Amino acid sequence: MFKWLDPYAKPQVLFATLLWWQRGLMPLAIVVLVIGTIWGLGFTPADYQQGDSYRIIHVHVPAAIWSMGVYAWMAIAAFIALVWQVKTAQWAIGAIAPIGAVYTFIALFTGAAWGKPMWGTWWVWDARLTSELILLFLYLGVMALQNAFADRQTGDKASAVLAVVGVVNLPIIHFSVEWWNTLHQGATITKFAKPSIDPSMLWPLLICLLGFALLFGALTCLRLRTAILQHEAHRPWVRQYVEEQQNARV
Amino acid sequence: MLFEQLDLQLSAGEILQIAGKNGAGKSSLLRILTGLSEPEDGAVFYRNVTLSQSADDYADDLCFIGHLAGVQPQLTALENLSFWRACFALKPADDWALLATVGLAGLEDIPCQQLSAGQQRRVSLARLWLTPAKIWILDEPFTALDQSAIRALTALIASHCSQGGAVLLTSHQAVDIPGYQVRQYMLEYRW
Amino acid sequence: MSHVVIFRATLRRELKLLARQKADWVNPLLFFIIILTLFPLGVGAKPNLLREIAPGVIWIAALLSVLLGAERQFRQDYRDGVLEQLVAARAPLLGYSLAKITAGWLGSGLPLILVSPLLILFLGLSTDALLAVVLTLLLGTPLLSLLSALGAALTLSADKGGILLALVILPLYIPLLIFASSAVEQASFGLGYQAQLAVLAAMLCVALALVPIAVQKALKLNVG
Repeated sequence: MFKWLDPYAKPQVLFATLLWWQRGLMPLAIVVLVIGTIWGLGFTPADYQQGDSYRIIHVHVPAAIWSMGVYAWMAIAAFIALVWQVKTAQWAIGAIAPIGAVYTFIALFTGAAWGKPMWGTWWVWDARLTSELILLFLYLGVMALQNAFADRQTGDKASAVLAVVGVVNLPIIHFSVEWWNTLHQGATITKFAKPSIDPSMLWPLLICLLGFALLFGALTCLRLRTAILQHEAHRPWVRQYVEEQQNARV
Repeated sequence: MLFEQLDLQLSAGEILQIAGKNGAGKSSLLRILTGLSEPEDGAVFYRNVTLSQSADDYADDLCFIGHLAGVQPQLTALENLSFWRACFALKPADDWALLATVGLAGLEDIPCQQLSAGQQRRVSLARLWLTPAKIWILDEPFTALDQSAIRALTALIASHCSQGGAVLLTSHQAVDIPGYQVRQYMLEYRW
Repeated sequence: MSHVVIFRATLRRELKLLARQKADWVNPLLFFIIILTLFPLGVGAKPNLLREIAPGVIWIAALLSVLLGAERQFRQDYRDGVLEQLVAARAPLLGYSLAKITAGWLGSGLPLILVSPLLILFLGLSTDALLAVVLTLLLGTPLLSLLSALGAALTLSADKGGILLALVILPLYIPLLIFASSAVEQASFGLGYQAQLAVLAAMLCVALALVPIAVQKALKLNVG
């Protein structure tokens, strides 16, 4: 079924394909993100309940949603790497993991920044923030595992196994943390009813959502291309490419 | 990268020695030939079928004794042998007599960590007397062995080859098997 | 070459080793007890406070003590070359892994269960809560053994194995911690906790089905 994908598993072909994608995605991502964040952070009306501080959701929510989406993509790459033994998929895991980790960190950071005006405290153990924190640990675990081996290939393969194990655990962790949160309602009622969102706030949110996705795509292309060059440094086509780049610069 | 453009062949009844200085990549080559590592380019063929397809058949016909002894130090030689027998489908035999053959008489039931390195090597080499495998890949088998053990091992290798088996071994010394011309393959150290 | 034969041979071997190297099961046990001692020393010995934090403390201590023994699980066989031999011979590693995990549980999980009555003394648990502790340990320690074996197998040839193992495995322990400590807490209030036990049992079943395969894969890639 996936035979048509076979040529793209080869590093050299993938390298060229990714360049093409990157050239399209990167400018698009920047444009969309700039529009979305400026609109969302600057030009949406103030919320009657939360005042101006709610605007951070335009960054927080897309980052949180995509922190989980990126993990799913990492797990897909890991699955491909394990089942079909595709080396470029192994390298993709290392390319994707830091992006997801940064998105998770952004979600946590903006969540805390939102928390101060909301709950009067920088951190609260609510279900979503706690889940995000654990997700960050999962990402860091994959990254740490990949870099812990003398033989880089062993690290790539081990992190693939861990990524797949993590994705199986992800829903379990998510639901158990939510359940735990309902048990331990602290003194502050942190009931956060999701209000139906006004269209004027919805559009910039969706645009930011798209922007984060495009950025993920563009950065993955960039990082994977770098990984290909690093792993294939001894091949003639890489040497040729590097020479061309140097000559172009001179 | 350790080596490139290698072309090796091993047939029944042959003994092939991979020679070369330390660091030339002998052990790494052996790991590729046993299927433990994958080469960057190229393939290993067993009976004209690539290793990835014939892996199980190849493993059944292969006995690999690597650089590490594979001996659990807290267990005795007898206990190690009975564990290997279960794991590698070795022939049942009189383990006491076997250990005497390799020169470990009287040392059969003490923990292997109390044996010397050469004695531990002999415990791991004892597998060769028990294995039904036709192909033997041995990494520095004569290291730390004394004269009597070397004689016993070379006699075993000779009889194995006369029955149609094949042996591939590494050694940085010359290997002398009575009655057999040992082919040498030199691995050059790559700068 | 069957899984059952290799399972039995490995299990027999591991039990012999457990009997000869008592430190392998005594040390994690002592560690467990010491951590339980540290908590009253650290937070104060008020009986009400101890009773409140007891469920979480017991389970964190159990987690850490199993984690302590995890690193050694496959390392000896890896260092000696036994794993290399098994992988080269394409021996059924599944039987080997299961035997190792079982022996690991017998060495690090079972002693905790046997020692748990001490908790009545140390943390002022009621007998209802103690029953909950025993039941959750019964269901949870095999899960701990499975996950820690996975961590050990993944980090087998890594440079700084020990702490990396903890980093990798602790997030996976979190659901177990949540449900097990909640069960003990409910029991200490005299409430039912069948739901939590059911969830623990479900997690154990899933882990039993999936983890040994992952362990086998991880062992192969570390030796290869």
